[in-house]
Amino acid sequence: MIDGGISRRGVLQGAAAVGAALVVPVARGSAGGALAANAYISVTASGVELALPKTEMGQGVITSLSMLVAEELGVALNKVRVSIPDGDAPRFAPITQETGGSTSIREVYKPMRQAAARARVGLIEAAARQWGVPPGQCDLVDGVVVAGKRRLAMGDLIASAVLPREAPMRQNLRLIGRPTPRIDARPKITGAMQFGIDFRLPGMKVATLAQCPIYGGTLAGLDEKAALATPGVVKLVKGRDVVFVVADHYWAALQGYVAANVQWAPGPKMADQGAIVADLDAALAQPGHSAKAQGDLNAARGREFSATYHQPFLAHAAMEPLACTIHVTEKGCEIWSGSQVPAQARADAAKALGMGEDKVTFHNFQMGGGFGRRLETDMVLRAVELGRAVPYPVKLVWSREEDVQHDMFRPAYADRISAVIDDKGRPIAWEHRIAGSSIMARLMGDGFKGVDGDAIEGAVEMPYAVAAHHVTFQQVESAVPTSWWRGVGGLRSCFVVESFIDELAHGAGADPLAYRLALMEDARSRAVLSRAAKEAGWGRPMPKGQGMGMAVLKLWGTHIAAVVEAKVAEGQISAVRVTIAVDCGLAINPLGIEAQVESGVIFGLSAALYGEITMKDGAAQQSNYHDFRILRMNEAPRIATHIIASQADPGGMGEPPCAVVAPALANAVFAASGQRMRKLPLVV
Amino acid sequence: MPIILSVNGQKHSIDNAAADVPLLWVLRDMVGMTGTKFGCGVGLCGACGVLIGGQRFFSCQTPLRAVIGRDVTTIEGLGEDPHGAALQQAWEEVDVVQCGYCQPGQLIAACALLKANPRPDDAAIDEGMSGNLCRCGTYPRIRKAVKLAAGGVK
Repeated sequence: MIDGGISRRGVLQGAAAVGAALVVPVARGSAGGALAANAYISVTASGVELALPKTEMGQGVITSLSMLVAEELGVALNKVRVSIPDGDAPRFAPITQETGGSTSIREVYKPMRQAAARARVGLIEAAARQWGVPPGQCDLVDGVVVAGKRRLAMGDLIASAVLPREAPMRQNLRLIGRPTPRIDARPKITGAMQFGIDFRLPGMKVATLAQCPIYGGTLAGLDEKAALATPGVVKLVKGRDVVFVVADHYWAALQGYVAANVQWAPGPKMADQGAIVADLDAALAQPGHSAKAQGDLNAARGREFSATYHQPFLAHAAMEPLACTIHVTEKGCEIWSGSQVPAQARADAAKALGMGEDKVTFHNFQMGGGFGRRLETDMVLRAVELGRAVPYPVKLVWSREEDVQHDMFRPAYADRISAVIDDKGRPIAWEHRIAGSSIMARLMGDGFKGVDGDAIEGAVEMPYAVAAHHVTFQQVESAVPTSWWRGVGGLRSCFVVESFIDELAHGAGADPLAYRLALMEDARSRAVLSRAAKEAGWGRPMPKGQGMGMAVLKLWGTHIAAVVEAKVAEGQISAVRVTIAVDCGLAINPLGIEAQVESGVIFGLSAALYGEITMKDGAAQQSNYHDFRILRMNEAPRIATHIIASQADPGGMGEPPCAVVAPALANAVFAASGQRMRKLPLVV
Repeated sequence: MPIILSVNGQKHSIDNAAADVPLLWVLRDMVGMTGTKFGCGVGLCGACGVLIGGQRFFSCQTPLRAVIGRDVTTIEGLGEDPHGAALQQAWEEVDVVQCGYCQPGQLIAACALLKANPRPDDAAIDEGMSGNLCRCGTYPRIRKAVKLAAGGVK
């Protein structure tokens, strides 16, 4: 086979790697430039192989990306075999294997469809040449090129196919847009599915770890004798702020840890919740770094409103505890774990080991939830710390307590919005100050210039038009490590903006729906809000103690609105019903989109009702699902999802539903009880 | 004398030093059956659920010695049970699964529920299934799939 669109070298290497297959590079390199290796769709005699360029953590990308490939190639969905490739940055560039920020579909949709389309056209043209008919008279159906009564199987055309540089995507869609159950369900319901934590090797040991609960603290002492006397324990590995207990099985390791009675010395800076919140509040009094300065705030005359909002640190608490298997030898290092950043994990491990990346293999797995936690590589570096101290393969399994206490938390924030409304009730000035830890500052190092581009998302491009609109960010760090979550800045902004606009609506004596619509210029945002309101029966009378609230968001390429029906009784808040309307562009798999809505709504409600990590005496106070609660089935509301048909490019679905549900609930609590909610989690 | 552990009708010989080890770790780290999941370690999440005598037990809270002489049904053997097979089919039809990590425990809990109450209403489903956590929020579809399976068991 020859690829007309990439270099000869790339073709040969690709062919060598996969044998008798038509190999299609997904990402396009520079014209005529080297594309030595890449993310591939491989057409073989028996079907199509897809090396997944994004990782699967439940969001359904195995199914949706397979649908794209099957659609363009004209094969049945069950003919697409998906593999989860090792971490390998050069192979996939310019697509990154990083899976976060609701990008799985947004980033890969077009390159994936275009690549599959090129393969289809290449195969059709090969058949057309053989038959001496125009390619326009041929189609690729069920893995067979057909023209009238002529038929040639895809597999028989691999050798003669030439990939065109470009090819049109199919117009008449057969799979895209059809509700499709996920294709990776069966092993997940029979127990056959192997997650990272399930990986086993002959001769492997199992370890657990204890990390200093006090940030910046160190290991002060332990009873090594007692730990090593525990049946099944084979070794202790001590680090500056960590102890690893290596054993024949996890339970023995855990018993060894208990017997070790580990002592810790505090760090220089003791995290304390009250002090952290006080620092955030103090930062709101400062001007901050300007992210947006549109119009003159001081020129506005009218009624003034101001409100301050507080949001807590949040843990991820994915059901699969962190785990990483590692085997370090003189020749190199092999790692087995589930990561949202497999290529970064490989690079970080290589750096820590002082090895070239070519010596390190990172085998990736489907994850038992990610939610941003596995965008970090600290769990891999802990495994490296252990792995280099033992000659055998070892699986490091974190206890749930370690997983929660040593999470890297969604930052805690304080926000203040001050606004002026004119005599018609419309905001004419809007100043939004944001204070909190900056994840981007940590990642960017010296390149950081004061404004965290993630933290201001949803605040600078809020759905409402205001003449004078200023947004500032003030970085406030504590000893607490912070990281990504299921939406960070956009989630935080949505709670604040949608809570405040509700306050303004009530302040202006207006209906919250009409008030919002009057200020929204974007037609797609107006459409989702109107639809959610209509479907929920907005405005209908509610029993005492119940109320409806709404929120809308335009972010991550998606427009979404929520109406929540809440009940407030005996000091308890419950979400009874949630109605979502979403326009996420072309809906590739409506069933998957509904799943993401249900998932995001419940994830967001868990945070809104219970989610909070607090700091005391230098450490996180929560440790397991009893004190970091998540919703149970009896607390799950009825959820109705309405997908608005659209031909726009697909948007992200991982985070948007999670973002809108908290402010909609808070506004519903106000409607039900008259109490304004300005702090998460919500308490009446 | 080694301990004989019976899982899905198969006998496994386990070192008797493991008598106090929770069944979860015997299954995962000794027998090598990893379908039963570790979630919380303290009986809060239900991911480690197994069936013993048709009832759901948290294997992270059940020492090996407690199951001597009894047969343990794990997710790997659930399809042999009529309720289990109906549930697995319903799980696929309703497209319940997301990340899938908690689903073995959810299916075990649902199977125990149907054995005790073949036609559960919403309240019974809530009661039977609220010991299991799902971070992906598959609860609405679990509810639907349990009802579907209940209707489909002869």
